[in-house]
Amino acid sequence: MNYIFAHPSEIANSALLHMWMVALAMLLAIVIGIPLGILMTRYRRLRPAILGSANIIQTIPSLALFGFLLPAPWLGERAYRIAIVTLALYALLPIVRNTFQGITGVDPAVREAAEGMGLTRRQLLFQVELPLAAGVIMAGVRTATVISVGVATIAAAIGAGGLGEFIFRGLAMVNNQLILAGALPAAALALGSDLILGWIQGRLTPPHA
Amino acid sequence: MPLDGVSGYSDNLASLGEESFSKETQRMSDRSANLRPNSSKAVIEFRNVSYRASNQSVLQDMNLTVDGGETLVLLGRSGSGKTTSLKLINRLLQQNSGDVLVEGKSTTEWDLIRLRRRIGYVIQEAGLFPHYTIAKNVGLLLKIEKKSKAEIRKRTEEMLRMVDLDPVQFADRYPYQLSGGQRQRVGVARALASDPPMLLMDEPFGALDPLSRSELQQQFLRMREQLHKTIILVTHDVREALLLGTRIGLMESGKLLGTYTPEEFRSSPDPSVRSYLDAFGLSNTQDETGKTR
Repeated sequence: MNYIFAHPSEIANSALLHMWMVALAMLLAIVIGIPLGILMTRYRRLRPAILGSANIIQTIPSLALFGFLLPAPWLGERAYRIAIVTLALYALLPIVRNTFQGITGVDPAVREAAEGMGLTRRQLLFQVELPLAAGVIMAGVRTATVISVGVATIAAAIGAGGLGEFIFRGLAMVNNQLILAGALPAAALALGSDLILGWIQGRLTPPHA
Repeated sequence: MPLDGVSGYSDNLASLGEESFSKETQRMSDRSANLRPNSSKAVIEFRNVSYRASNQSVLQDMNLTVDGGETLVLLGRSGSGKTTSLKLINRLLQQNSGDVLVEGKSTTEWDLIRLRRRIGYVIQEAGLFPHYTIAKNVGLLLKIEKKSKAEIRKRTEEMLRMVDLDPVQFADRYPYQLSGGQRQRVGVARALASDPPMLLMDEPFGALDPLSRSELQQQFLRMREQLHKTIILVTHDVREALLLGTRIGLMESGKLLGTYTPEEFRSSPDPSVRSYLDAFGLSNTQDETGKTR
């Protein structure tokens, strides 16, 4: 623990960078993932393609994915860009899947009533389906975020910075204190975001009997 | 109502229709509905309608005319096609052949959203939106139709009072905080909020305990006096049919066997009708009303 207390600002900066990367990646994943999930509920044919792609991305080892993107134009110029895109790709599956499940899980009677009373597709989506699915979607975001906090430590391997820096340095120098200086804050970040997002998820889940 | 222009279509589409200013209703000859001279008076009409779901025939060659202001009860056991018939009217389902006309115009030619907004829809267990308060449930369509807040509020309270729910007490509650009977009342209030001329009710009182059911049935009768809607109600309960219907359509395995006034139904010699009355212990013709037993 000595290292942590000896270098508080260095660790705090890394933690901030770490959080920033994860937050941007989540934003990107939400902006892409929720519409994809909605698309799956509307077009049955797209389901295997979307879900399959998201699944395949998950099976690629994260280190390899970071590496794959290195030669990509614009992205490859900055390591943090690669990190953010990679994290977003990983986050897609839980978000897409939960969006789909949340919407298809809406009580058929509620959907029938909404359709029967003459809501348009769009109104059905925004007034009924998304609000009712919000809790489940948020659960996906929560899972994705916790995973991302962990995966983001590996981004240090391509020089993206973040808390993984300490871990990789510690591994190279066989210095447990250094490893812990990265691992403990990362664990705290994961727990903290899990708690906060869990609270939001509770707020978004509609009340029912 | 933003839907005023719609009724003008009715005349040219009721293809066999002649203008008739007679106010008489022709109720007895539904089997030949498509040959009737003044079919433009009909608010809802089935012409040789068939519906199949995954190659299973659900509805066969149905003909039915519902005139303005009547309460037609579709009576039949589960799977007889009564709910399907109802859903063909607001096009939650679409027939494979034949034509369903609403206000003289085929449902396939209606703008789907306008069609549905002209038809209130009440289903079993109400299908209330669990994430909205009672007031929001009732006022949702008004909000969507961009009515002013004051108007929505006024109308919502009016509707809740009509179904005997105190707005002060119930407006801000959520559906899960209500009993089944109360939820069903809200369902009715919601369906009527934008004042549609037609109302479809799919076993609206089916899931209720006998006492609540009876209360809601009485309320239904009182409400009907005030509102003059054209109503089609689906039920498997003969007593309910006799009590609420101005006409009863008996359905069996995808066919409409015939339509009867409650009096005709009670005295009909038709074995299908008799078996229904027997099952409910109503075959005794001394029982005048069928509702007090």
